[in-house]
Amino acid sequence: MPAIDVKPAAAPKPRRRTRRLGALGLLGIAILAGWLLVALIGPWLLSGDAIGAAQVFAPASSAHWLGTDYLGRDMLARIVLGARYTVGVALLSTVLACGTGILLAMFAAASGGWIDAVLSRALDTLTSVPSKMLALLMVAAFGASVPVLVTTAAVIYVPGAYRIARALAVNIYAMDYVAVACARGEGRLYLMVREILPNIVGPMLVDLGLRFVYVVLLLASMSFLGLGVQPPAADWGTLVRENIGVLADGGVAVIAPALAIASLTIAVNLAIDSLAGRRGRAR
Amino acid sequence: MSAFLLRLVARRVGLALLSLLLVSAMVFAITAVLPGDAATEQLGQDATPEAVAALREQLGLGQSVPVRYAHWLGRLVQGDFGRSMVSDATVSELLSSRLPNSLRLAAVTAAISIPLALVLGILAAVRRGSWFDRAVSMGTVAIVSVPEFLVATIAVLVFAVHLRWLPALSYASDISSLGQMLRAFAMPVLTLCCVTVAQMLRMTRAALIDQLEAPYIEMVRLKGATGARLVLAHALPNAIGPIANAVALSMSYLLGGVIVVETIFNYPGVSKLMVDGVAQRDIPLVQACTMIFCAGYLVLVMLADLCGILANPRLRHRR
Repeated sequence: MPAIDVKPAAAPKPRRRTRRLGALGLLGIAILAGWLLVALIGPWLLSGDAIGAAQVFAPASSAHWLGTDYLGRDMLARIVLGARYTVGVALLSTVLACGTGILLAMFAAASGGWIDAVLSRALDTLTSVPSKMLALLMVAAFGASVPVLVTTAAVIYVPGAYRIARALAVNIYAMDYVAVACARGEGRLYLMVREILPNIVGPMLVDLGLRFVYVVLLLASMSFLGLGVQPPAADWGTLVRENIGVLADGGVAVIAPALAIASLTIAVNLAIDSLAGRRGRAR
Repeated sequence: MSAFLLRLVARRVGLALLSLLLVSAMVFAITAVLPGDAATEQLGQDATPEAVAALREQLGLGQSVPVRYAHWLGRLVQGDFGRSMVSDATVSELLSSRLPNSLRLAAVTAAISIPLALVLGILAAVRRGSWFDRAVSMGTVAIVSVPEFLVATIAVLVFAVHLRWLPALSYASDISSLGQMLRAFAMPVLTLCCVTVAQMLRMTRAALIDQLEAPYIEMVRLKGATGARLVLAHALPNAIGPIANAVALSMSYLLGGVIVVETIFNYPGVSKLMVDGVAQRDIPLVQACTMIFCAGYLVLVMLADLCGILANPRLRHRR
């Protein structure tokens, strides 16, 4: 898909749009940075008496800003601690998936021939299993633990990253400067690391953001089903699951973690949209 | 239909079958080979060596992996999914009691969401940049970028808690009247519609906008065609391929991705069965559910591709 059409008459309109998206994009980046910070240093910000409060499902108050959960634990503390699992595990899986995808893609592009064909076919097969099915299958076979979840999410999203990175890498590989490097006698590894990689990192960052959203959604759904991060650890999906009982009363204990997930994924989408400079490409 | 077209179609069907075969190998590898010895796993660490050996014999673990895979696949093709490890029933019995429920839910959702998504998507594409398009785009981005359980949660809050139109969490097993059925279906269908409409709408809009920006549409405009004729007779036929793909993806989501929705609303469908199976690590059940969902997914994607092939006049004549 071409990034920009060159139409002189339509020039002023896109500019206005970019500026407005810029503000939204900044907001997205700010929220994302905030959650990253919470995931990193959040546990040290909490006071020790968060656990073991008296009342179950207390409403929001000055003592418990977001009320308490089904065991009377402070909801704010639970969300801050959960950020580590939701943001951290998802980020790790995403980086793993994109890293593997990029590596394989560069290898395929630089090798060509049957290696490229076999890799592409094999990874295509992986996409013919819907992502949640594959996740359920992996958890059924290996049990639910953080390493299994990270691996699962990474495996699920490697093919997508691979496909995009390969398309980019193949284009770069056809460039004259790569031919020059080849003629100099540089090896495959040099071509991959010094010629192809620097040129696909930028576009792949946008893809990384998109995939991060998918991973967050997948892991949250798995936790919501009780098949994700296992207690006593809890990510935001688990928090929604634990407190679903107050849903019918509109309790803050179930709304707060749900909103936390939404704020994270929407923030990333906003940031990507402004970075990519084009709306409506998020799927 | 020309012979060339027929061959394209045959090739696509063959490709789908090949994919299904590869998927079955992958499912078998993940569930039956990689986790290690199923007999030890099943009996726990305290089992006597004799018991383990007996179970190994019974499960046929003594044979090599390809032989076991061939046996498993052979039974699968005959519709024998094995016996559930947890309950006493065969997997086929469990599935046959649940599958109609899931299909009914999917059918109702599809009947509502496909026309709605197509109409809204086309309108949004035609009125690109208008307040309507912006509102629709914002709404769909919001829905696509949050988990389904959040959409379900919000739907419950709005329609059951605040408006009190619908029961929050209900599935009546003894449905006698149409009204009861509608009430039982309402919340799950509403949630699923939100998600599938958002997905299909976005892709429909994008596909149609791609076409509307093409030079040939400018030509059509210059020739004086406007409005409905421009969109329906000229742009839409060229967008059918991607739109069919979008619909297929959303429908496959309905087959497999309803997992969360079925769990929230406690709806007795196949996904709920599979989630319970995963929680209890009931491998034969999970294998069967995965294969059914993957087969459904591959069939839908294949149908979408066939739509694209058949709708493309350039493929009707061999060059």
